[in-house]
Amino acid sequence: MSEPLLQAVNLQCERDERILFRDLSFSVMPGTVTRVEGPNGSGKTTLLRILAGLNDAWSGDLYWCGQPRAGQRESFLRNMLYLGHRPGIKPLLTPLENLRALMAGRRPVSDEVLSRALEGTGLAGFQKVPCRNLSAGQQRRVALARLLVADEPLWLLDEVFTAIDSDGVKAIEALLQQRAAEGGAVVVTTHHNLQLPGMQRIVLGGGQVDDE
Amino acid sequence: MTSNPVRVQPVNESIGVAAAMKAVFMRDIKVAFRQRQDLLNPLLFFVMVVTLFPLGVSPEVSFLRESGAGILWVAALLSVLLSLDHLFRHDFDDGTLEQLVLQPQPLFLLVLAKTLAHWMLTGLPLVILTPVLGVMVHQPGNSIGILCLTLLIGTPVLSLIGSIGAALTLGLRSAGVLLSLLIIPLYIPVLIFGTGTVAAASEGAPVGAYLALMGAFLVLALTLAPFASASALKISMSNS
Repeated sequence: MSEPLLQAVNLQCERDERILFRDLSFSVMPGTVTRVEGPNGSGKTTLLRILAGLNDAWSGDLYWCGQPRAGQRESFLRNMLYLGHRPGIKPLLTPLENLRALMAGRRPVSDEVLSRALEGTGLAGFQKVPCRNLSAGQQRRVALARLLVADEPLWLLDEVFTAIDSDGVKAIEALLQQRAAEGGAVVVTTHHNLQLPGMQRIVLGGGQVDDE
Repeated sequence: MTSNPVRVQPVNESIGVAAAMKAVFMRDIKVAFRQRQDLLNPLLFFVMVVTLFPLGVSPEVSFLRESGAGILWVAALLSVLLSLDHLFRHDFDDGTLEQLVLQPQPLFLLVLAKTLAHWMLTGLPLVILTPVLGVMVHQPGNSIGILCLTLLIGTPVLSLIGSIGAALTLGLRSAGVLLSLLIIPLYIPVLIFGTGTVAAASEGAPVGAYLALMGAFLVLALTLAPFASASALKISMSNS
């Protein structure tokens, strides 16, 4: 596959009368990891929310599978997974119930598979505990368990390493790399010094796109 | 772990709308039952307002018989209003609303499911409590029946219209006052016809036309409000 999954052309975003980025163009190819970096307030999260379709305050063009994204809402949302820095976890529900609710709008997944995904993120034995009794890192792991059952080709992950211990960070790095090897595309914003072979970098604050 | 090659899924493999709506609905119900004090708040408010009226104004049977229906309607309206801020707020704070907006199903249907859950948790219990409180304020039997019916038709309208205001004020820090200012004018027609129906019934006048109008309110709110709320949610989401 040589067609980019997601292509941005001359993106520009202004926030509070300050231009976060302008003339930002890049392609997200299948089988690649893209890291968005930049200092605090440089617009990493904003960029990711624009790519996910949560933020409408931008100009430029976005293409999904070669076609303008605007007319393809359902196809785009069906094939995109977004994890924001608010993890999307209900504190009153258990990890399993949360995961079930998050997957329910996407595709049917058996509880067995979901339990295994939770075990895979180190939450074995916590399936029945309400999420508010879990630590911040554990709550993020509940959200991350979605990645283990996700079939969406495009992942947009915002600050995915926040509150995760060093073993967890290694596991996520391995997961992203494996995902790229399988043909998925990952866009990740992070302050963590993520280094993966063939990784594309988008540096905000300067506005350039580097291919390593 | 998926071992098959990753590919862009065609749209028709996406999950059914009905299943997604049910999941949204069930989750809200489940969350509410884990936090019962939030569930009891609008009910307690309703009971307290109705109880305080005879104490504060007049315990005379003639007064209560005349204004009881109005008191119940106003109390129901205010307790729905009181609960509206919770409709999207918690979901917004914990990020589940983001995920809801990003579901491939049409957003207005998911919002409709959420609003229905809100009605089941606030409006419906009020309707169920109404006969008891109706007797307390000396309403005659047939008035209580009509009162319950108008509330049964009216409270979903309150939830549906309210969802627009709740969605619009989501990004604001002090949403409470603005939400009331936005929503109260839209509630007034429902209140007028709701109490009007009961008044007509107690005078022995036919209520068919009143009920038909209330039904029209419900259909109108049911068909239009979810679209407005969904758009408002997207705007609030974009500004956050």
